[in-house]
Amino acid sequence: MVFLLLRRVVQTALILLGVAAITFLLLYALPADPARMIAGRSATAQTVANIRRELGLDQPLLVQFWSYLQGLFQGDLGRSYAQKTDVGALIAARLPATLILMAAGIAVEVVLGVFLGVLAAVRRGGFVDRAVMMASFVGVSAPQFVAALLLLYVFAVTLAWFPMSGFGTPAHVVLPALTLGVLGAGWYARMVRSAMIDVLNQDYVRTARAKGLSSARIIFRHALPNALLPIIAMIGIDIGQFMSGVVVVEAVYGWPGIGQLAWQAIQQVDIPIIMGVTLVSALAIVLGNLLADILAPLVDPRIRAR
Amino acid sequence: MFKSWLRNSTVATALMLAPLPGFAQDAPKQGGDIVITYKDDIATLDPAIGYDWVNWSMIKSLFSRLMDYTPGTTELVPSLAESFEVAPDGLTYTFKLRKGAKFTNGREIVAADVKYSIERAVDPKTQGPGAGFFGAIKGFDDVTGGKTTTLEGIEAPDASTVVFRLSRPDATFLHVLAVNFASVVPKEAVEAAAGDFGKKPVGSGTFILKDWTVGQSLTFERNPDYFIKDMPHIDKFTVEVGQEPLVALLRLQKGEVDIAGDGIPPAKFLEIKNSPEGAEIIVDGQQLHTGYVTLNTKVKPFDDVKVRQAVNMAINKERITRILNGRATPANQPLPPLMPGYDKAFTGYAFDVEKAKALLAEAGHPDGFETILYSTNTDPQPRIAQAIQQDLAAVGIKAEVRALAQANVIAAGGTEGEAPMIWSGGMAWIADFPDPSNFYGPILGCSGAVQGGWNWSWYCNEDLDARAVAADSMSDPAKAGERQAAWGKIFTDIMADAPWVPVTNERRVVAKSPRMGGAGEIYVDPTRVINYDAIYVKQ
Repeated sequence: MVFLLLRRVVQTALILLGVAAITFLLLYALPADPARMIAGRSATAQTVANIRRELGLDQPLLVQFWSYLQGLFQGDLGRSYAQKTDVGALIAARLPATLILMAAGIAVEVVLGVFLGVLAAVRRGGFVDRAVMMASFVGVSAPQFVAALLLLYVFAVTLAWFPMSGFGTPAHVVLPALTLGVLGAGWYARMVRSAMIDVLNQDYVRTARAKGLSSARIIFRHALPNALLPIIAMIGIDIGQFMSGVVVVEAVYGWPGIGQLAWQAIQQVDIPIIMGVTLVSALAIVLGNLLADILAPLVDPRIRAR
Repeated sequence: MFKSWLRNSTVATALMLAPLPGFAQDAPKQGGDIVITYKDDIATLDPAIGYDWVNWSMIKSLFSRLMDYTPGTTELVPSLAESFEVAPDGLTYTFKLRKGAKFTNGREIVAADVKYSIERAVDPKTQGPGAGFFGAIKGFDDVTGGKTTTLEGIEAPDASTVVFRLSRPDATFLHVLAVNFASVVPKEAVEAAAGDFGKKPVGSGTFILKDWTVGQSLTFERNPDYFIKDMPHIDKFTVEVGQEPLVALLRLQKGEVDIAGDGIPPAKFLEIKNSPEGAEIIVDGQQLHTGYVTLNTKVKPFDDVKVRQAVNMAINKERITRILNGRATPANQPLPPLMPGYDKAFTGYAFDVEKAKALLAEAGHPDGFETILYSTNTDPQPRIAQAIQQDLAAVGIKAEVRALAQANVIAAGGTEGEAPMIWSGGMAWIADFPDPSNFYGPILGCSGAVQGGWNWSWYCNEDLDARAVAADSMSDPAKAGERQAAWGKIFTDIMADAPWVPVTNERRVVAKSPRMGGAGEIYVDPTRVINYDAIYVKQ
C-alpha cells in the first residue's frame, strides 16, 4: 500500500509536469497577445511594450516556462494578468464551490444511476428496463446547457421551488446538482445494469435463490456489492469529467466555481489563471483515480489478494 | 493673463446636445438598496488598471477626479477641482482643489495625492493601460522610459494647488483629467494593500466598497461624506456577478434584480419589448459608438481606393440595423452623432449595388474577387458578418467569414497583411472621452498602424495626421468651435479614402425594474454606462 502510494505520488508529479508543459506551450503558441489584451484599445505601443516587459513576456519561452516552474515548486501559481491578484488565492476562493457542486452532482448520479440500473437489470427485457434505457440514452445525449435552462425554467421560474441562481444555501445547490446528476446518471444506470445482469447469472446467485433467500436480500446483499466495482472506477473518471463539465452549469446557475473563473480567463488570455485552473483540474483527476484505486480493494477483497 | 475656458466649452457642448427628455419628470429620491447583475466577474477596481466597460462605471463612482461630467451628458465640469485656469499658450493648467474633500479613510485630499496618483498610472511598474493618455505632461517619456518615477510636469506648490506643465498643447487635456486613470488615490492605502489595491480600493467617490465576495457579489455603500451634497441617491447597491444574461432577465421580471447590466439577449428582445411592462424595462441610449468594417489598405485588392469605395456602397446598413432589433442607426462617417464634430450634412456613400459593381469593374475586378471577413464569434456578430457576406456576394465579392474569439480577431487585425476585412462588432470603438480626437489616433492615425495596433485598416495618411496634431494644439477656448470643425473635416475627408465602412451607431440597452427612476441617459451615460451616482429608486 505504501509502495503504491509512493509510486502514485511520483506519477502524479510527472503527469502535472507534463500537463504544465503542454498547456504552457499551447497557450503561448496562440496568436493572441496577453499584453495587448491588458493594454486595451487606447494604449500606445510604448505602453504595450512596457506591460509586456513587466510581465516578462519579452523573455524567451523556455525562460518564461522555467520561471513559472520555479514558482510552482514553491507553491506559487503566479499573478493574474488582468486581475493583478495571486492565482492561488483566486482558485482557493472558488474551489470549494466547485467541490460542493461536484460532490452533490456525483451523489445524485450514483444514487439515481444505481437505483435505475438495478431496476432495469431485475426487470430485464420488460417495460421498466426499456423505459430506463431510453431515459438514460436521452440523459447522456442531452446538452447540459439546454437541460440546465429547462430545469431552471420549470423549477425556479414557473414553480419557484428553488432560487434561480447564486450560492450559499442548500436550496441553491439542488438545481445545478440535479442538472449534472440526472444527465450523468444515464452512464451509471447502463453500467450497473450490465454488471448486475452478469452477476445475477452467476452460480452463487442461483444457489442463494435455491436456499430460499428473499429476492431483496439476494439483490442488495449478494449481487449489488459485486456489481459496484466498475462504479467506483467510474467515479474516479467522473471527477475529471466534472472538472470540465461544470463550466456550463456554473455559467447558467451563476455558481461561483473555478469553471467560471477559467471561462473568463480564456476570454482575456489571462494565462496564469488558465494554467492554474488546468493544473488544479489535472490534480483532481489524478487524485480521483487514486481514490478509486484505494477504494477498490476495500470493496472487493479479490483485488487486495493480488 | 489667464483664461478659464470652462464656460465656453460648456456652452459649446450644451449646444451640441439634444435636450434631455424625462429628466424633469420626477425628482430623485434619497434611499434604496438595489441589485445589479453582470455576467463577467469584476477583474479589478484599481483605477490605474481597470479598463473594461463593467468596472469602468464602478471605478467612476468609487473615486473622484479633478474633472468629471454632468450625469447623462458629455458636459465637462470641475469635480475634485474647485476651479482651474489655463495659460494662454495652453501649456500650463492650474487647479485649485475643493476644500474639505476627504478620502473614505478620513484623510483630507491634498495636491500631492493628485501628483502621486497620475505618476502611479504612468509608472510602467503599475502595468496600467492608460499611461499614454498623459503623454502631453512634461517628463512623461522619462517615467515610461524607466529613468524616474516622478513626473516633472506636475507640481504641488501648496496643499490645495496642482500645476500641470505640458510639453505640447493638448486640447483634450481636461478630458484626460476626467478619465478613470486620473482618479485620485491615497498612497497609504495603495501601499497597505500590497499589490492588491484592485481588490481593496479606497477613494473619495460617491460610494465605498463594503464587501467583495470573490466570484459572487460586491456591495457598495453610499459615501456619507461625499463632497457634493445630495449625491448619490441610492444608499447601497449590490453587484451580483456570474449571472447569465437570460437568467438575470428572468430574475428582473420576478423583481429579484433591479438592473440587468448586460442588457437583453438579442433572442429575447422582441418578447420583452412587446410585453406589457416592456416600455418600463427597456432603457436604451445613444453611446459614443461606431461599428465599422475595416478594409486593409495593405492587402490586395483593398489597396485600391475604388475597391474600398465600392465596398462602402455594397453594404446594406439598414438590414444590419434590423438584425440589431432596430437598436442602431446606419452610420456614414467614423464619428458617432453624439460626438462633437459630427457632420450632420455629410451623406457618405449611399447603398447602391449597381454603382458598386461599376466601380469594381473600373478597378479591374468586373467578376469580383475572393477575400476573408473576420468577426468575433458571439451572437449577433456572426449573423451580421453573414449579412455583409451576402451583400458582398451581390456585387461579386466572395468573402469567407472567419468567426473567432475576440482575442484572436484583435491579434489578426494588429498583424500586418493578415486580415483583409474585419467586422468590428463586439470590439467596436467606444470613446474613452467625448472628444473627436479620441476617435482618430489609435484607430485611423499612423501611430495605430503598427504591429499590435488597433488601426486594422493599416491606413496612414500623413497629411491628415498633421491636421490632427494641429487641431489638438488649438487649446484656446476661443477656438473650440474652429477646432471642432477641423476635426469634423478630418473625419469626412477620411471617407474619401474609405479605409472603413462605417456601418452602425449602436444604442446600448440596459434592462431595469419598473421601480428604478431617472432618464435613460443615466443608465446609458455616454461617459460611463450606468451612472450609479445619479440613478434612484422611485418612492
